[in-house]
Amino acid sequence: MAEINKIEVKDLDFYYDEFQALQDINLEIKENKVTALIGPSGCGKSTFLRTLNRMNDLIEGNRVEGKVIFDGEDIYNKDTDVVELRKKVGMVFQQPNPFPKSIFDNVAYGPRIHGIKKKGELNEIVERSLKGAALWDDVKDRLHESGLSISGGQQQRLCIARALAVKPEVLLMDEPASALDPVATAKIEELIDILKQDYTIVIVTHSMQQAARVSDNTAFFLMGVLVEFDKTERIFENPSDQRTEDYITGRFG
Amino acid sequence: MLLLMKNKRMFIDKFFRYVFLGFIGVALLILAVLLYDVFSAGIKMLDWDFLTRFDSRFPEKAGIKAGLFGTLYIIALMIPITFIVGISTALYLEEYAPKNMLTNFIRLNIANLAGVPSIIYGMLGLGILVRTLALGRSVLAGSLTLSLLVLPVIIVSAQEAIKSVPASLRNASYAMGANHWQTESKVVIPTALPSIITGFILAISRAIGETAPLIMMGALTFVMFTPEHIMDSFTVMPIQIFNWTSLPKKEFELVAAAGSSVLLTVLFILNGLATFIRYHYSSKY
Repeated sequence: MAEINKIEVKDLDFYYDEFQALQDINLEIKENKVTALIGPSGCGKSTFLRTLNRMNDLIEGNRVEGKVIFDGEDIYNKDTDVVELRKKVGMVFQQPNPFPKSIFDNVAYGPRIHGIKKKGELNEIVERSLKGAALWDDVKDRLHESGLSISGGQQQRLCIARALAVKPEVLLMDEPASALDPVATAKIEELIDILKQDYTIVIVTHSMQQAARVSDNTAFFLMGVLVEFDKTERIFENPSDQRTEDYITGRFG
Repeated sequence: MLLLMKNKRMFIDKFFRYVFLGFIGVALLILAVLLYDVFSAGIKMLDWDFLTRFDSRFPEKAGIKAGLFGTLYIIALMIPITFIVGISTALYLEEYAPKNMLTNFIRLNIANLAGVPSIIYGMLGLGILVRTLALGRSVLAGSLTLSLLVLPVIIVSAQEAIKSVPASLRNASYAMGANHWQTESKVVIPTALPSIITGFILAISRAIGETAPLIMMGALTFVMFTPEHIMDSFTVMPIQIFNWTSLPKKEFELVAAAGSSVLLTVLFILNGLATFIRYHYSSKY
């Protein structure tokens, strides 16, 4: 199967006020693949992730140069509809952050704000999304209980279901398992493996084992620079840059 | 030695527990004495007639109808005014206003206004509302005066409530493609609402007990009618109570106690209602 570029990042610079957080990033996110972003804290991997759905817009004093081409269009073009972009590029955060609403209302939040009101349609979306996030069997009998009443791992899967409910094409995950125990982490990783059949996934992770387990391609960031980007096995077995090798063998970071 | 240290630590631990318990006990005791004092004296005069009679020169014929209705009308007007203006202001300041010197200046001054003595608001009401805007000594002028008095408190407490909504919830909403208003109306406001309501009700309760600003703006003390219209003149319960306590006849002390009992009861009902609403609202999730 030929690999299609879902997102192409070209010469991307990102600034917080005077501070340049990303320098001249170039990479391609392949469709229906998992791309892992690794690197030490403060290397810019989360910042980079947030440039892909323009979540950085919310931070005052941010500035972007270069292009992020999603389905052939530059998302930093001034005509870009950010609402449409974020519908297509969903996001899951580091800490599970369900709304203080029922499980049903959490998942139905996205479809509702995008104008779906019919009960039957919402029921269908909620069921499909919860099944997609492997949570349906756990919660099907208590959809009207609080989204905060379930365990941390279930909450994170609820957040994934919530993101799936608006039918995104790309799913951005910012260290989705870092707040979870090993069992819940394993479930999230299994889920990522299933989700990549239908979605393009970009995941930031602190854990190199996780990157090695779940991803097809890996990008290694260091101090705002993309040091190396390649097939995951190549990055972990035969990196071409000394700094990558030092990092993955645990010499720093 | 070790045992001794352990005992000392446990002693200190217990000591503070009982000190705090002691203080709360004192507060509760004072409240209990006060309530007993008011209600035990008030009960002698308190009956249905007292609620349905107008004021009188004779203590046994005096009733609180005018004040009760005045207070209820004032609250009924105040609640929508202060709720809408207060929450809108807090939302704007916290969520929409650009973060600059002007915003900070406004924020600081609202906090300052919360500390201005209530009589000053009475003078403002008299000068601006009663005279300049020619609203007269009406229910409208009275409720606007009290609205001005409580708005700073409502705004500040609503700001705190809005600030305490975690950023992660806002991010989640934006990441789904929600716009600013959807995020505010569907996530931020519902999450903050229980605390907003708490602050709101406390502020309204404070206003119900206010006497000085309304006397200052010229509310009547002796009224033989209930207001029919927002431009009618009025009195409120605390003014009537204040008036009774200043009368020479000894029996009016009992009348004042009965009036206080009614005032307190209205306050309890409102607070109870607020607690119910808040509890009901937050237990839904």
